[in-house]
Amino acid sequence: MNKPLRRIAIFCGLLVLALLVRENWLGYVKADSLNTNAHNQRPTIERYSHAPGNIIVDGKPVTGAVKTDDTYFKYKQTWKDGPMWAPVTGYGSQVYGSTQLESIDDGILSGTDPRLFFDRTVSMFTGKNQKGGDVVTTLNADAQKAAYDGLKGKKGAAVAIDPSTGKILAMASTPSYDPSTIAGRTDGTAWSNLFNDKNDPLMNRALRQTYPPGSTFKLVTAAAALQNGTVSDPDAKTDSPLPYIMPGTTTPLKNEGNLPCKNATLRLALTVSCNSVFGHLGVELGKDKMLDEAKKFGFNSEQFIPVRADASEFPTDINQSQTALSSIGQFDTRATPLQMAMVASAIANDGKLMKPYMVDELRAPNLDVIDKTQPEQMSQPLSAGNAQKLQSMMESVVNDPMGTGGSAKISGATVGGKTGTAQNGVDNKGLPYAWFVSYAKVGNSSPVAVAVVVEDGAANRDDISGGGLAGPIAHDVMKAVIDSGK
Amino acid sequence: MSISNTTTIGAIDAPSRRNTELLLLVFAVAVAVFAYLNVGLALDGKVPSGVLGYALGLAALAGVAHLVVRKFARYADPLLLPLATLLNGIGLVFIWRLDQSPRLISLAKVAYGTFTPSAPKQMLYSAIGVAIFVVVLLFLKDHRVLQRYTYVSMVVALILLIAPIFFPAQFGARIWIRIPGLGSLQPGEFAKIIIAIFFAGYLMVKRDALALASRRFMGLYLPRGRDLGPILVIWALSILILVFETDLGTSLLFFGLFVVMLYVATERTSWIVFGLLMSAAGAVGVATFEPHVQSRVTAWLDPFSCYTTDKTGACEQVGQALMSFGSGGTLGSGLGQGNSDLIGFAANADFILSTVGEELGLAGTMAILLVYGLIVERGIRTALAARDPFGKLLAVGLTGGFAIQIFVVAGGVMGLIPLTGMTMPFLAAGGSSVIANWALIGLLIRISDTARRPAPAPAPSTDAEMTQVVRP
Repeated sequence: MNKPLRRIAIFCGLLVLALLVRENWLGYVKADSLNTNAHNQRPTIERYSHAPGNIIVDGKPVTGAVKTDDTYFKYKQTWKDGPMWAPVTGYGSQVYGSTQLESIDDGILSGTDPRLFFDRTVSMFTGKNQKGGDVVTTLNADAQKAAYDGLKGKKGAAVAIDPSTGKILAMASTPSYDPSTIAGRTDGTAWSNLFNDKNDPLMNRALRQTYPPGSTFKLVTAAAALQNGTVSDPDAKTDSPLPYIMPGTTTPLKNEGNLPCKNATLRLALTVSCNSVFGHLGVELGKDKMLDEAKKFGFNSEQFIPVRADASEFPTDINQSQTALSSIGQFDTRATPLQMAMVASAIANDGKLMKPYMVDELRAPNLDVIDKTQPEQMSQPLSAGNAQKLQSMMESVVNDPMGTGGSAKISGATVGGKTGTAQNGVDNKGLPYAWFVSYAKVGNSSPVAVAVVVEDGAANRDDISGGGLAGPIAHDVMKAVIDSGK
Repeated sequence: MSISNTTTIGAIDAPSRRNTELLLLVFAVAVAVFAYLNVGLALDGKVPSGVLGYALGLAALAGVAHLVVRKFARYADPLLLPLATLLNGIGLVFIWRLDQSPRLISLAKVAYGTFTPSAPKQMLYSAIGVAIFVVVLLFLKDHRVLQRYTYVSMVVALILLIAPIFFPAQFGARIWIRIPGLGSLQPGEFAKIIIAIFFAGYLMVKRDALALASRRFMGLYLPRGRDLGPILVIWALSILILVFETDLGTSLLFFGLFVVMLYVATERTSWIVFGLLMSAAGAVGVATFEPHVQSRVTAWLDPFSCYTTDKTGACEQVGQALMSFGSGGTLGSGLGQGNSDLIGFAANADFILSTVGEELGLAGTMAILLVYGLIVERGIRTALAARDPFGKLLAVGLTGGFAIQIFVVAGGVMGLIPLTGMTMPFLAAGGSSVIANWALIGLLIRISDTARRPAPAPAPSTDAEMTQVVRP
């Protein structure tokens, strides 16, 4: 009976071998796909097994973590002034994933980033728990507070940029949400309430919502006219008919009210916001030159700050009358609040557009700086001379008694601005959006450029105007930046 | 004349290897105790309070077993006892480790209202198991005695196998007997041993009839109808177990056991072919109308399907087990530091190998599998060395069953074959399992002792001096 016994021995050996091969197959070949399987809770468990690092504003963390009794996730993230900072931080939920900085810099915050390898290795040997690093933002807490407080109770967004560097100083969006309420494993109700809210509080309007920019887009048109030599002296009369019948149509391009726009100077046209002058200028320049200038300001491409912002849009395939409408920020022209803040900052920075960013440094748990963002020029939409001309025109908007931007005046600072009231909806039935785009300078430095949009469904239609609704908010943000001395 | 006998089997004292066994036992206990320390340090950051009790308990069990072997089975295989001790000790550590899982504790509290740790019970069952091991060695002086109970064994095995039908199903399988006040018993584990005794006895008698009285048909030796009878009965029985008890594992185990023993007894490959054909036919037949089996097969084909479609527990467990193995890496996350408790309620029983896979990694799992492989190898060696056909058949039956069980359980947990509910011998939590497997090791040690024992020195022959050498 020994011969079959030996065969049985071989058979048993094969059974064990099959198990060994299978184990290696799972452990080596399939390991990656198993570890990244969507149903694998281990990464999330690991992520929340220790307190993550923080997102820091003005040297103070705006995030934190609390220890929980949960059997899956030991720590839960918290936010200070959650609704105010949510558009900057995004949320980090144990169940619903994460967004924005919480998502982009998750590796740093959770401590798994390859750049923290040395740190991790050290803590492996010292037996300490793995710790997360910090994300230091460029934001200014006072400016953020001013923006958020100004927008509270309304629907809208505000973005403030330091024109000389591109640092984002404020980024608010309302209605907002408190990420702390959806951070845990048992926050399903809060989550579905937020998710189903028709006001869409989870939407970051500063980056992910494009609005018709309305009259604020006239800054781009003016820049194009100056750059292309169509207008060289802001104080020279332009050849602008009134009423201006748009080419190929019988429709006049109307102004808001009875404005002195016939052959108005560019300065006057901007100060009182003449649709006819800028529509005519746009047609004169042609859609290609307009598109070209808009692109230089950052239109038609997504921005990464490093959170992705939707691409603002200047339409590409349009006829002359559509070009006229597009040139005053209507028709298919759309812009994010970030984009309009970029326009203002490029003008304020003597024509140089700095790439906007909001993460200043990434820091290891031991406070070593592992990455620092350097200011970077993105483009030069207009020459320094033309930028200064445009600045003086924008200052007229604020300072001229006829100007629409009087509400933004700050004593002790030079403020330039542009209002916008963008029509909206089918046949313009929707309530218009109120825009205000501005910058403030103290002496020769230009500490802040800001864009504010308010889409206020609750307001009386007649009250909606860029100067009235959005202007004061921009004023408060700029003042907060100047007062904080940054 | 000094020559007192002329037998070729000398009375030269073969090395008993008892000291080797002792050394290996010390090593096995040390590994388990260090593992226990490791878990405590990883979970709480301090030396666990129970470590002394655990160390002494395990050492006492191993010591008693060793002394009994030294006294009553001097020539036994020196590896079997240390290997079983190692697995049992490591198993206790894993069960204790899973007892500490807050997730499993809260899961148990939700399901049953209370949580009772499994490790103390398992320690008790291990003690009972070693006691049974001692009883086997003390009272079974010669394994051939078991031949007498061939048909008694058959009756007992049948009763054990059929009994669970009268008890309610638990966790989707009808494989438990509930004894009020004592808890549940899984008779299949004991039936495994008893049925091997029956087969060994039966085949020893019938093997010539089975092997030789056959007709050749298409290159295969077809057995006669009346010899085919028993295999058909066993086949039908295993199918019935499968149907009524929804116990895929046990039926596979018995059928495999019988085919292996038949093959060894008759030395005819045709029996294997028949066995495979019949088991395939049976499996396909049952799978077509048994939803329990179908869901297992579905879960095997696509372990992650149930996350989106149906919600049978088996599927999710398989998926979780696979992710456990995947996350282990080469050296594992370290004892106590894995998340294998995500598997849920069977984590310390059928799925305990996943915890090995996750926390000891590839290296640890392969080591554990090789320890099982070594037990199987020593068992077959015992069968080879045994001098009597009954001993050979019994040893290969017990070992083959053990090997098939390991393959079926580990293969199921690793997703190599459809999952079947059975326990990993010694490693998994389960009283019946650990007791039955200690009895199994006891039997193998008894057979190996008989096999390796030197022939007794013949009594001095009174004729020796009178024998004359006649010279031509």
